[in-house]
Amino acid sequence: MDDALVLARAQFGLNIGFHIMFPALTIALAWYLLAFRIAYQRTGNAAWLVTYRLWVKIFALSFAMGVVSGVVMSFQFGTNWPRYMTSVGAIAGPLLSYEVMTAFFLEATFLGVMLFGMNRVPDWVHITAASLVAFGTTLSAFWILALNSWMHTPTGHVQADGQVVAADWWQVIFNPSFPYRLAHMLVASGLTASFVVAGLSAWRLLRAPGDASATRTLRVAVMVAAVLGPVQVFVGDQHGLNTLEHQPAKIASLEAIWHTERGAPLTLFAIPDEENQRNDYAIELPYAGSLILTHKMDGEIRGITSFGEDHPPVLPLFVAFRVMVGIGLLMVLASWTATWCTRRGRAAPRWLLWSLAAMTFSGWVAVLAGWIVTEVGRQPWLVTGLLRTRDAVGDISGAQLGASITGYALTYAAMLVAYLVVITHMARKGAEASPNPPSEHPATARVAGSAAD
Amino acid sequence: MDLALVFLALMGISVLLYVVLDGYDLGVGMLMPAASTEQQSVMVASIGPFWDANQTWLVLGVGLLLAAFPKAHGVVLGALYLPAVAMLVGLMLRGVAFELRVKAQGWHRDLWNGLFWLGSFMASFFQGVMLGRYVTGFENGFGFYFFAVLVGASLCGGYVLLGATWLIYKTEGELQRKAIAWARWGLLWVGLGVALVSLGTPMVSATVREKWFDFPRTLGLMLLPAATVAVAGWLWLETAAVKRGETRREARPFMAAAIIFALAFAGLAYSLFPYLVIDRITLWEAAAHPTAQRFLLVGAAIVLPFIFAYTLLAYRIFRGKARAGQYE
Repeated sequence: MDDALVLARAQFGLNIGFHIMFPALTIALAWYLLAFRIAYQRTGNAAWLVTYRLWVKIFALSFAMGVVSGVVMSFQFGTNWPRYMTSVGAIAGPLLSYEVMTAFFLEATFLGVMLFGMNRVPDWVHITAASLVAFGTTLSAFWILALNSWMHTPTGHVQADGQVVAADWWQVIFNPSFPYRLAHMLVASGLTASFVVAGLSAWRLLRAPGDASATRTLRVAVMVAAVLGPVQVFVGDQHGLNTLEHQPAKIASLEAIWHTERGAPLTLFAIPDEENQRNDYAIELPYAGSLILTHKMDGEIRGITSFGEDHPPVLPLFVAFRVMVGIGLLMVLASWTATWCTRRGRAAPRWLLWSLAAMTFSGWVAVLAGWIVTEVGRQPWLVTGLLRTRDAVGDISGAQLGASITGYALTYAAMLVAYLVVITHMARKGAEASPNPPSEHPATARVAGSAAD
Repeated sequence: MDLALVFLALMGISVLLYVVLDGYDLGVGMLMPAASTEQQSVMVASIGPFWDANQTWLVLGVGLLLAAFPKAHGVVLGALYLPAVAMLVGLMLRGVAFELRVKAQGWHRDLWNGLFWLGSFMASFFQGVMLGRYVTGFENGFGFYFFAVLVGASLCGGYVLLGATWLIYKTEGELQRKAIAWARWGLLWVGLGVALVSLGTPMVSATVREKWFDFPRTLGLMLLPAATVAVAGWLWLETAAVKRGETRREARPFMAAAIIFALAFAGLAYSLFPYLVIDRITLWEAAAHPTAQRFLLVGAAIVLPFIFAYTLLAYRIFRGKARAGQYE
């Protein structure tokens, strides 16, 4: 690989990796906010308003981080991968534009109403704004994952006039891996947001034991996670079967199965040795690999060697996949334990609060590991069977890329540190953070609000 | 119907809306150091509910370039790579600083205020540099770079004008009086900038020169600069009226500033048409495949009216004067 390709990939990976953390949180957090807002509306309990006010600020900050890094992305498609646009632009361009037009404007505009409009608009308008933001974030995921899935499992296209164009948009969007990937990502976002909400609420409870808002919020978040965890195990399994059908090289690599075999073992730990095509220090469960991947004890799995040169690098996939699954299982354990410990209004013990606080950002690690699996797993293709990554790179010089990577990396590092400091600070201040301590029922609050205008 | 023309128009509208809308909040950002702490809080409140959505017009503009003219997207953004990176770093700094300054105290707050200013300034300046490089067809050489820097400085002036006139509309009292003075300085600055670009562009490009200095067409075209001067004069008079206390005219300086931008934009569009990259790529050469255009048009036709409607709704909800701490 030449330098420009390595640098272009490093830079794009850095940006898209930084970017995805924030949508992964905000997609589901938007639905949490809607639930908090409706809970306040129905019960009039001020604890829900405190929760809403705290989390809408964290949402706004996360959304802003996603917006600014997303703007960078829209530029980099053209600058880093110019031949991506000239060869499959007729498919990628419209899908990206649909995301901006249908989802992005909706979120950005109604977030303003959600944040600042509570005293200015009737309750139903405010709740509608919250619904539209939640709908917008999910719609955003729909378009982006449609395009991403099409890059993995392209269908519905033809070659025409020297480029790839859509023959049937329905097939382009609802390509074979799309439903699985979309479901997997939406549930991943649900888990990410649940652990951030539970973790920061635990953090608040460690500071202020018995806080009404944090207690309720934590309980809701761990219950949601307890449901989503097993759902994700099921969806992930289905997604894996789909990948085995359409991208067998990815599965072989992430399981480090070098040679085609029946009754393949499941390798729990190993150091894959790409040069000698074997696994060192392997700990294996016999037959479990075939059982999980094909749901048959003696199911055949194609090995890496059968794909020749066209297979992704093994080590990063093998490791990233185990990180993702490991965190997923830990999440199931943590959320079930937490749900049990907080049953019928019991106060969460401190060891549990510390554990949840420690797992606050575990979703991010799992999401990044998962995206490494799926994106590195598509290599050497940018669009499976249609365009190789090395053919899509542009002629931006290594020096320009190097300079801009440094600039981005420093900016992102500073942004991330500031972000983490601020949200933990906000969570610690918790209830005090809200400008006008809410004690009134929504109806009276609104009257007071409009009188103040 | 020529869909390439339709998308060119849509892209033009997005870019113009971006420049006017994000222009005022970038301008307010650049003016922050000139105000007291209390006034800064009002200034932030005046842009708080809008800036996220304002910035989205840039993404739409770039998105339409990408989707409707993919062959130009790579060329244009590749040639503008470094100023675009600097502009994006500026936008990131200010976006994050805007959210974080509210939550910070003491010297932290000063730091985020400083970064908010720096980010606003970087974003504005490098957008101008990108414009300067773009209209000269990315030619290299000291003269061209110098020209780009001058355009960068002028665009800062333009955004200061938009920001100051926005503040005239959204604030009152001492801050409004300050904003009137800022608007007048911004107007002078912008006059200089528009003159510079208007004279500079024909000098560097023969294509542009022929379009403007072709008798008798020139006479008709001179209406454009004449109208710009007239609107600038009107803006000045309106600020004087607001100064005298005629509150019902407070929105007009901003409208006048927006019209100046629209006129300058029309002039540029006339200069460049039908090129997306001057003298090199026309819009038809860069246009996406018809299958992509048709699919995109369906979406745009359905969605854009809604976007306009709810943008207006948001501005209606947050109408009236901004108050300190209102959005913090």
